[in-house]
Amino acid sequence: MYNGGKIIAGMLVFLAFFTFPFYYNLGKANARPEPKLNTPVIQQLAEKKCVESRDFMRAEHMQLLNDWRDSVVRDNNRIYKNREGKEFSISLQNTCMNCHSNKKEFCDKCHNYMAVKPYCFSCHIEPKENKS
Amino acid sequence: MSMDRRRFLKIAGVSTVLGLGGASVMNGLSRRGLEASQATVTPDPKGLTAKRWGFAIDVNKLGSPADYQKCIDACHNIHNVPSIENPKHEVKWIWNETYEHSFPGTEHEYMNHEFKEKNFLLLCNHCAQPACVRVCPTQATFKRKDGVVMQDMHRCIGCRFCMAACPFGARSFNYRDPRGKDANGKPFIKVENKTFPTRMIGVVEKCTMCYERLAIGQQPACAEASNGAIVFGDLEDPNSEVRKIINSKYTIRRKPELGTQPSIYYVIGGSEHA
Ligand code: SF4
Ligand code: SF4
Repeated sequence: MYNGGKIIAGMLVFLAFFTFPFYYNLGKANARPEPKLNTPVIQQLAEKKCVESRDFMRAEHMQLLNDWRDSVVRDNNRIYKNREGKEFSISLQNTCMNCHSNKKEFCDKCHNYMAVKPYCFSCHIEPKENKS
Repeated sequence: MSMDRRRFLKIAGVSTVLGLGGASVMNGLSRRGLEASQATVTPDPKGLTAKRWGFAIDVNKLGSPADYQKCIDACHNIHNVPSIENPKHEVKWIWNETYEHSFPGTEHEYMNHEFKEKNFLLLCNHCAQPACVRVCPTQATFKRKDGVVMQDMHRCIGCRFCMAACPFGARSFNYRDPRGKDANGKPFIKVENKTFPTRMIGVVEKCTMCYERLAIGQQPACAEASNGAIVFGDLEDPNSEVRKIINSKYTIRRKPELGTQPSIYYVIGGSEHA
């Protein structure tokens, strides 16, 4: 092999750089995000339940919100009847954020952790931070 | 055991078929499972419905600039329309214009002076054959079954084809961030309506016939603020107030020769009820 020593040294340097993020962060596990639910409106709910179950909302809220916006804007369907038959007015700004009036402690917690930047609030007006 | 090519292909083929079949059975099962407990969406029962919404605007009942301004403010305030001084960056849903600019080609040198000087209240015509809708590449602007020409801000890519296509200047582009401030530090939106969104830089906006109010049973804001000068209703319903006015009085529309079929009728003259 020509220049074997150089090639192997080069590969070692490459590997060192490539894996740097992994061992740099080793053992420094980030704390799991804990979105907060302690807003005044939520605390007054008799049954502390979102429009769908917690598990559904965790996994599917982005899809639900996409469906909601098309439903209202394109089809003028603005009443949502959930899987238990309960009705809600479809509105990010007026329904979701009425309960979750703590965007920084709720939405942003996980979105920042996951480094996703949904652009909902470029247009929809976020609530005044409200926690109790 | 060694396997020849032929045998390998056979086994691979059979297992693919089996695999696919299995997957589709599973799919069918889970979909049926979901449907049983599916959520549904429906319109608000309070909402107003029509075959084709339209306006009759009585120009004689909108006499003073204050009358116009009331309608303009009502609309722009509830829809968070930014007021930007620079005419190149201006955003407007409803505004006023001289006769010459409102109905070009119909003015003449001997024309009634009062009319020539008068201002007319203009807004999107919610045309029956909207030029804007034909050119929008993303269907961000589209015509609803009830005649409203909607603007889906989520889909607008800001290409401005619609602005080039609309012969009525009804559309404004957000050259500036509508949540921004002018040179003196004053916000473009003085008081936010917290129940309605703003727009963002780079999208096109226009009058949406107060679709959010119609949906819950309210009249458009301009009509409500107009003291009866703007009548809103179903153009296809011969018994509607708006049709009675159009039937009994002399009305004109903007640039009818272009064939977009505007849904706004300007009442020029005629008796109260013929
Ligand atoms: S007035 Fe312009 S923007 Fe409104 S529907 Fe007609 S062509 Fe489209
Ligand atoms: S600017 Fe927006 S609404 Fe207008 S044609 Fe382009 S995508 Fe459609």
